[in-house]
Amino acid sequence: MSERLGTIAGLRTKRLPGWAVPALAAGGLAVAWLIVYLPGTGGAVLTGVCAALLFLAALVGVSVAVEGRRAATDRAATALIYAAFLLALAPLAAVAYTLLAKGATRMSGDFLTHSMRNIGGRDAGGGAYHAILGTLEQAGIATLITVPLGIAGAIYIVEYGRGALATAIRFFVDVMTGIPSIVAGLFILAFWVQLVSPLFTADHQPEFSGFAAALALSVLMLPTVVRSSEEMLRLVPATLREGAYALGVAKWKTVLRIVLPTAAPGIVTGVMLAIARACGETAPVLLVAGASASINSNPFAGQQQALSIYIYQQAKDSSIYAPPRAWAAALTLVVLVLALTVAAKLLARRSKLAR
Amino acid sequence: MAKRIEAVNVSAYYGSFRAIDGITMTVEPKAVTALIGPSGCGKSTFLRSINRMHEVIPGARLEGRLLIDGQNIYDRDIDVTAVRRMIGMVFQRPNPFPTMSIYDNVVAGLRLGGLRKKALLDEACEKALVSANLWEEVRNRLKRPGAGLSGGQQQRLCIARAIAVEPQVVLMDEPCSALDPISTLAIEDLITQLKNQYTIVIVTHNMQQAARVSDRTAFFSIDSTGEPGRLIEYDDTAKIFTNPSVKRTEDYITGRFG
Amino acid sequence: MSQRSLTDTTSAGARPPGGGGALPPGGGLTRRRRFGADTLFRAAVTSAGSTVLLVIVAIATFLVVQSLPALRRNSANFFSFHQWFPQDAPPRFGIAATAFGTVLTSGIALLLAVPVALGIALCLSHYAPKRIATGLGFAVDLLAAVPSVVFGLWGREYLARPVADLSAWLHSNLGWLPPFSSKGPYVNSVLLGSLVLAIMILPIVTSLSREVFQQTPSPNEEAALALGATKWEMVRTAVLPYGRAGVIASVMLGLGRALGETIALALTLGNTYLISFDLLGSGGVTIASNIANSFGEASDPTSRGALIASGLVLFAITLVVNVTARAIVFRRREFTGSTT
Repeated sequence: MSERLGTIAGLRTKRLPGWAVPALAAGGLAVAWLIVYLPGTGGAVLTGVCAALLFLAALVGVSVAVEGRRAATDRAATALIYAAFLLALAPLAAVAYTLLAKGATRMSGDFLTHSMRNIGGRDAGGGAYHAILGTLEQAGIATLITVPLGIAGAIYIVEYGRGALATAIRFFVDVMTGIPSIVAGLFILAFWVQLVSPLFTADHQPEFSGFAAALALSVLMLPTVVRSSEEMLRLVPATLREGAYALGVAKWKTVLRIVLPTAAPGIVTGVMLAIARACGETAPVLLVAGASASINSNPFAGQQQALSIYIYQQAKDSSIYAPPRAWAAALTLVVLVLALTVAAKLLARRSKLAR
Repeated sequence: MAKRIEAVNVSAYYGSFRAIDGITMTVEPKAVTALIGPSGCGKSTFLRSINRMHEVIPGARLEGRLLIDGQNIYDRDIDVTAVRRMIGMVFQRPNPFPTMSIYDNVVAGLRLGGLRKKALLDEACEKALVSANLWEEVRNRLKRPGAGLSGGQQQRLCIARAIAVEPQVVLMDEPCSALDPISTLAIEDLITQLKNQYTIVIVTHNMQQAARVSDRTAFFSIDSTGEPGRLIEYDDTAKIFTNPSVKRTEDYITGRFG
Repeated sequence: MSQRSLTDTTSAGARPPGGGGALPPGGGLTRRRRFGADTLFRAAVTSAGSTVLLVIVAIATFLVVQSLPALRRNSANFFSFHQWFPQDAPPRFGIAATAFGTVLTSGIALLLAVPVALGIALCLSHYAPKRIATGLGFAVDLLAAVPSVVFGLWGREYLARPVADLSAWLHSNLGWLPPFSSKGPYVNSVLLGSLVLAIMILPIVTSLSREVFQQTPSPNEEAALALGATKWEMVRTAVLPYGRAGVIASVMLGLGRALGETIALALTLGNTYLISFDLLGSGGVTIASNIANSFGEASDPTSRGALIASGLVLFAITLVVNVTARAIVFRRREFTGSTT
């Protein structure tokens, strides 16, 4: 082996000319068209798959003959990697395109400002205002509950926690980040709706409400907020804190005035991502919000709708007017979620500490 | 059988920026050639052009000819990977593959070449580690991660990895700049041993190191910032460091700049 | 007096790893004032932390307690019975079908999504031109944030027909294999659900893997190239081994999301309580989709308890997945040299 490497002749190699790859691709397509499409053995998709396989086989075969085994492996790997790329691009682009095309068709000012009250299966009208309101209120309340609690908890873990309590908190928070969203919904259904809410209602019956949905979302958001805040606080360099202490600043002031503001962009990013996720959650909200058709601006009393449930219900609805509504609502929800996500990512990029 | 390297009017570009201009020199086989000069004058670029590693950066290209034993390695039908297999490289910071054991690191190049038989790999591994003066220290922990060694040991591991494939030329880009003095000395001793078998080209910032280790020395410099690097003087090491012909060389050697 | 201040500050303990929480200066002239505010703040955050812990423990306890009566009243074996009749007298319910469905759909989704995701990730990190890669990478990151109900909606409306065509083709050519033995008509099926699931977890696995591949230290890539490796060989030697732990973590994350996915599957599975490998026929149910479909009728404690019990099983499964992922990442740490 080393003898061959040592000779200058070993450096020379044949390379496939630049036009070889497109030529092989075209060839594969032509052959596939001839043997699959023309005789009707399969449709366009099957032809495409055959063409791809033929191209790959031909490429590897020709490359092995001309360039050698190692170069052929390299070419095959490159081809497969690009193939995976194109393969995945198709459905993802399809989802994006459908969302925009179908959603925009039904989208209108009307849609955004009306509810589904009194809309039957034959009615073309109806909108998602009540759902938008519900989603915003539920996510908003969940944020109000989890953010102070979560950040304070993270501060405890990072700045004060030394012993068993901190370890226990970290362990259970870790466990909780993996809770399936529907189990969170089940918990609120069994605990809040069935057990607690009858204590507050006039007729002592269990009550679905927007607040219940907010609680379910809180269960999901809390571990995430604690975890990401903890990470961000840990990224603050120790030298920053030490400098403050050396100047005689009290610990609580150091945390509030120095550590927290430094970690703030990262924490805000984490919170925004958690909110975005909460807005999109369907399962827990489905179980406990009640899915009303009318506008209910009071999250504490009576059933409320949410965008995610709305989409789900319209998807299952057999009325021919339902799918367009579902898509318009989906577009609304995606715009909301993506706005939060993009803002969070832009903020993260500007922050010194976050990735 | 070590090789002679000839650069003929070599200019290297990164995009439109010309990094080195018109380098013409011959590197003798079985000798150590040192490239010295101030920062940013193209020593590393020239070194990397020898094994075509500068091409890794998008937009990089070369003009002129670079001949190894008379063969221009930039010819159209030359296989880049074959060139690199023939030339070993040791980098400034030790970079053993972190997920591999010491053994796997050393034989990595051989495995890439298709060698599978364990007996042959074992033999090659031991031989390379012995040549790199690392065998005694690691013979009992070949399966431990490569990243667990000290800096000097890691660099010797990288040298072992480079010479395990029995290259003809070994290029070293400031191999000791990240190491402590003791490890540096160990590697310099190693270089002196290796030159009996290989052609070695070493870039170094440390003039004393160049004086200690090399047989021939090439001095690179730039006229002013933004200008390409040029070869100012190339001669026997003894002459460069005692009686250089060009004034700029003398200024650099005596520390008047750089 | 000074004795007390010493205990105050030393009770804060030694410096923890990873920054944060160094000792504040000891007491002194203004000790008394600082004693008040500092203790107050500390008490506040400690109680916040404890509250978080209590809430989590309470949730777990409550769920377990709620499920026990139902389990006791269950006349069938919870783990081996495959039907769901919690309102019968006596109640009979079991998770055999739903658990099987959960594992089956997630498994198929992983099988389909992971190779493709890794291919895209490598393409974006090492093969595609920089500008395209950055833009597309960002787009993939955003896709990971799209709610699953949108994927379910799309799958039900637009994937159903192509999948029906595919099912017909599979049946006519490979019908002798048990998974493809169903004759049709092809509507909701395990195949459709798993495909939607695969498309859903694709962005997450891709974006995390891409991040990991991009972090491969370039010195290692250069070392591989300098040894004469082709591009693929360089990827195989330097990029993939380095990123292995991160890739496994991202796959586990995708798996976790697939296991817990409710809505997309409720819209695309056939909801029949069978244990079968039939991918094409109208069937399929998972623990999560069962909960979503049955909660409306679960007005009595036994039905609710049964659903909660199944939810706890699902939680346990995802927990095992997460812990395994964590263990794998941890064990490889000494080899990657990374600080995670």
